[in-house]
Amino acid sequence: MGDRRFGKGSPFSLPDSATGRGPAFTGRLPSAPGFWRSPVRGVRFTAVLGLILLAGLTLLFVTGLLSYAAYNPDLAPVNDKTPGKGLLGFYLFAWPTGPHWLYRLTQGLHVTVGIALVPVLLAKLWSVIPKLFVLPPVRSAGHALERVSLLLLVGGALFEFITGLLNIQLEYVFPGSFYPLHFYGAWVFFAAFLAHTGLKLPRAVRVLRGGRLEGSAPGEADELAAPDPALPTISRRGALAMTGGGSLLLLITSAGRSFDGPLRQVALLTPHGAAEPGPGPNGFQINKTAAAVGVTAADAGRDWRLTVSGPAGKIRLSREQLLAMDQHSAALPIACVEGWATSDQWWRGVRLRDLAALAGYPDRPPGVLVESVQRSGAFRKAALRDNQVRDPRALLALQVNGENLSLDHGYPARIIVPAAPGVLNTKWVTRLTFEAL
Amino acid sequence: MSGKAGNRVNPRVVLRRWYGEGPLHLLLLAATFALAGYAGVRLLGGDTFAIVVWFIGSALLHDLVLLPLYASADLVLRRALGPRTRLVNYVRVPTFLSGLLLLMWWPLITRHAVRYEPYSGLSLDVFLGNWLLITGLLFAGSALLLVIRAARLRRRDTRGRPSASH
Repeated sequence: MGDRRFGKGSPFSLPDSATGRGPAFTGRLPSAPGFWRSPVRGVRFTAVLGLILLAGLTLLFVTGLLSYAAYNPDLAPVNDKTPGKGLLGFYLFAWPTGPHWLYRLTQGLHVTVGIALVPVLLAKLWSVIPKLFVLPPVRSAGHALERVSLLLLVGGALFEFITGLLNIQLEYVFPGSFYPLHFYGAWVFFAAFLAHTGLKLPRAVRVLRGGRLEGSAPGEADELAAPDPALPTISRRGALAMTGGGSLLLLITSAGRSFDGPLRQVALLTPHGAAEPGPGPNGFQINKTAAAVGVTAADAGRDWRLTVSGPAGKIRLSREQLLAMDQHSAALPIACVEGWATSDQWWRGVRLRDLAALAGYPDRPPGVLVESVQRSGAFRKAALRDNQVRDPRALLALQVNGENLSLDHGYPARIIVPAAPGVLNTKWVTRLTFEAL
Repeated sequence: MSGKAGNRVNPRVVLRRWYGEGPLHLLLLAATFALAGYAGVRLLGGDTFAIVVWFIGSALLHDLVLLPLYASADLVLRRALGPRTRLVNYVRVPTFLSGLLLLMWWPLITRHAVRYEPYSGLSLDVFLGNWLLITGLLFAGSALLLVIRAARLRRRDTRGRPSASH
């Protein structure tokens, strides 16, 4: 945006106005005061973006921590992808079952707001780029430490956004499992974010209290403003509008992935946007199809049995026997850690607490370890907490929207628990072990 | 501070001389590095080298490749339009928006995300088309806006002329 001198001809050619102003090479380096010429840069422009990121990234951090808590990682090792978390799990709590859209909301916010913040992050980094090349590179021990913390801040922010965006596109090219990378990376980022906020927020507030966005702040040295600005082609307000336009466009093309129907069709450019996988009662979004995880019709055929165990021993049930038990209904969404969700689907099946009673816990059932027919995959086993088992809406679902489950939605039987992340709603369930976890 | 013996040493002044910043600065950064270190050893518990490359590399790639690339593209655009600087934003804004979408959804648009179809049961083919559609709409909208503004300017000019000849 108006860095006229940047890359003139070749990036290292001499800017006209710098000739005769001392040694020729200094004017063409990004460390030269006259190299960055956009009139948009200035502490006020940066302060506006900084305050938006302060609110936005705090929301992302908090909803991210909530998502970790929603997995109930301290309940059983199978639920915890970062068992070495130590003190970083200090805040964990029993994830509630209500309101039933809780995870759909928190994780929808986490991913959708994250997507919409990308242009703001890019604009913020653009606005402060001259400081990367400032001379001398290190003024003092304090300055050196601060610059290292800024590397953690910028590297951390980009690392988190990149791993997040790749993960929701199922492009697992990052070095390792997504969970530890995104969780520990978030804490490294947040550490640097705290210091940066502490050091810069007072200035940002002071600068913005000072009045208009355009022009420079009176009485303040504006080290971000170009000393020799190019002719403006866009105002600061215009540059902010362009950034906000990017966020708006991203919101329009992705927010609909949290809903079924026409809203999803508007979400033209986002995973699980634009289309449903099929028509009919089972035509809503699928996280992983049966074929993708190697579950065949034979696995779910006549020989399928559900094993329920507890103090009463091991009980094996066919699908017919399950259908003969009391059937209950619950309208609940599927909400994925990847940020997409379905609207409420009408599930029908056996209450988990009824199955617990069968297993020998007539009242106050404990948690349950759920196992799937699925042979591979990170969440082929998952543990549910006692509050989830006890909720009357928590079902071993056999039907959805008035029809039998399709194989892709977990036929013969799947778990559906209010407010739980999608991966805890195990499909193709074959074993339920009720025990104090 | 005078260097005379017997003068009391002000710790703030000593800190500023040796550290270059105030005590709050030191405190904040100490807290940052303690927390970042605690999380960092866990982050690097896997493929340490690759994770460092990704973490530091993403900052370097942004600062030294992506930003110079789009700043140069902006420069090329301004050069190409020459003195018609008013036209810049009619090209700059749709290009920025379209490029942003391409950058963020690269694996989907280029059909690189090979797990997407088998996992979700959804088609990958729609994304390139949808991106082109959005890009087309953005440029069409920008062109429409330009035409409307140009027409309005011309009308103002023609209306202004007779009154000026009075």
